[in-house]
Amino acid sequence: MNDLIEIRWHGRGGQGAKTASLLLADAAFNTGKYIQGFPEYGPERMGAPITAYNRISNNPITVHSNIYEPDYVVVVDDTLLESVDVTAGLKEKGAIVINTTKSPEYIKSMLKGYSGGVYTIDARKISMETLGKYFPNTPMLAAIVKVTGIMNDEDFIKDMEGSFKHKFAKKPEVIDGNMKAIEMALQEVQKI
Amino acid sequence: MSIRERLSGNEAAATAMKQINPDVVAAFPITPSTEIPQYFSTFVANGQVDTEFVAVESEHSAMSACIGAEAAGSRAMTATSANGLSLMWEMIYIASSLRLPIVMSLVNRAVSGPLNIHSDHSDAMGVRDAGWIMLFSENNQEAYDNLLMANRIAEHKDVLLPLMVCQDGFITSHAIENIMLEEDSEVKRFVGTYKPEHYLLNRAEPIAVGPLDLQSYLFEHKAQQGEAMKKAKDVILEVSKEFEAWTGRHYGLFEEYKLDDAEIAIVCMNSTAGTAKETINKLREQGVKAGLLKLRVFRPFPGEEIAKALSHCKAVAVLDKSDSLNAAGGALFEDVTSGMFVNKVNVPTINYIYGIGGRDTKVDDIESVYKDLMEIVNTGDIGNPYRYLGLRRK
Repeated sequence: MNDLIEIRWHGRGGQGAKTASLLLADAAFNTGKYIQGFPEYGPERMGAPITAYNRISNNPITVHSNIYEPDYVVVVDDTLLESVDVTAGLKEKGAIVINTTKSPEYIKSMLKGYSGGVYTIDARKISMETLGKYFPNTPMLAAIVKVTGIMNDEDFIKDMEGSFKHKFAKKPEVIDGNMKAIEMALQEVQKI
Repeated sequence: MSIRERLSGNEAAATAMKQINPDVVAAFPITPSTEIPQYFSTFVANGQVDTEFVAVESEHSAMSACIGAEAAGSRAMTATSANGLSLMWEMIYIASSLRLPIVMSLVNRAVSGPLNIHSDHSDAMGVRDAGWIMLFSENNQEAYDNLLMANRIAEHKDVLLPLMVCQDGFITSHAIENIMLEEDSEVKRFVGTYKPEHYLLNRAEPIAVGPLDLQSYLFEHKAQQGEAMKKAKDVILEVSKEFEAWTGRHYGLFEEYKLDDAEIAIVCMNSTAGTAKETINKLREQGVKAGLLKLRVFRPFPGEEIAKALSHCKAVAVLDKSDSLNAAGGALFEDVTSGMFVNKVNVPTINYIYGIGGRDTKVDDIESVYKDLMEIVNTGDIGNPYRYLGLRRK
């Protein structure tokens, strides 16, 4: 029964955290899980802090509230570390994944003594190299899949290929770049 | 064969409408139900439905267009939320009094002001006396299933009343969750073709719709509406039974979750019921006999059945996601307690106003209600029956 995984996403409006949470829900759904993917809507504008959530379980999920004690947190923009309490309620046996180029010392100093797993990834570099533009959500999606282990790399890559073909049916030129971003992110996410 | 899918509540509602393929959809976009006409207009553009989609300039016109379409003899649907429903107000009453079985998807949102786009039930409660059948949905699955049953109920010759299917804005309308969909052809078979007995475009029977109705007849017509609402209860159960035989999914007037042996119980509607179920599972592990009555059919109101289902409890809390601002409790509380009183069920019952303007309702909040109920059982003191849940005091 107690197999529920709860994930909280922190990003800024326009970075695709909501889309990433929905893609994660999709990927987990395709492995046969029960899923929830939902954003917390506020005054929506580019750059404003936003939160999105995922629940993933082998059993039907009935609870309909936000997530206050997540197993995992994803931070899509490291400037949020200064203004948002990203580790609030985060379980010590869980982990946080942060998109950053800052030093491990700086990152740890911003996490209020959080003793669980801390992972970082340079999603900007990956995105610029593979897509030529800054879309951090695809690398972050791959990073959280890797850290949670909700599915293995091969299944995830295969599933995302299908998702992107559907999602980008009208601009197939970005599919290859997104797939490369996924593959790079799976390799580059690291524990600090 | 049911199809395993994942959809948001809005996608589920739009999918049901696509499969129903009504003759007319008239709608004006408003958050958080905007996606329903948005997706539906895509189905129209792609030729997946042959519906006449009327992109009106206001919700008043949306309901007016639905009234015109239904009166003409066609099947009409719409979707709205909050102030959109407020703007329909005048026509809402006309739709029901003309006995036009229009079906609406209402994505519940706080009615302004001040401006708030999030979920509460103040929109639905504002039309609770308007003569519409009102079904509430815990999640995307129920929003979908209720819509698949809607036309059959509303168009039944004993009923002929408009019907709205409610779900919580954002909480379910914008949450992607698992859902079981039915095959298009099966839905078509179940929903059937609309064959109105009397309609404006019937050249063989010229009629007038909605003429002057003064002292000599309006009373009788209102009583007939009331009678139709009473009969709707049996029709809802009949259609739900047929739906279960088809899909395997059971629906009654309400759902009883671990209620039969419960000592303390909560009554609520829509998504909060799911959170209450999770809370009950937790409390049951601790040996607390907690239960839930999740109301599905709010209009017609099954007062007698609810009273009976709660009669063995030692204390009950009714949760209203809308404040009637009447110094005497929320709409659901008044209806439930009235049903209990009339049916001589005397269980200590208290009211909580909660979730106003999208205030999040957590497992902890629901747990605190059960704790309060335990205290009432232990002390025999009901205290203040009119309470708030999740209100900041500082």
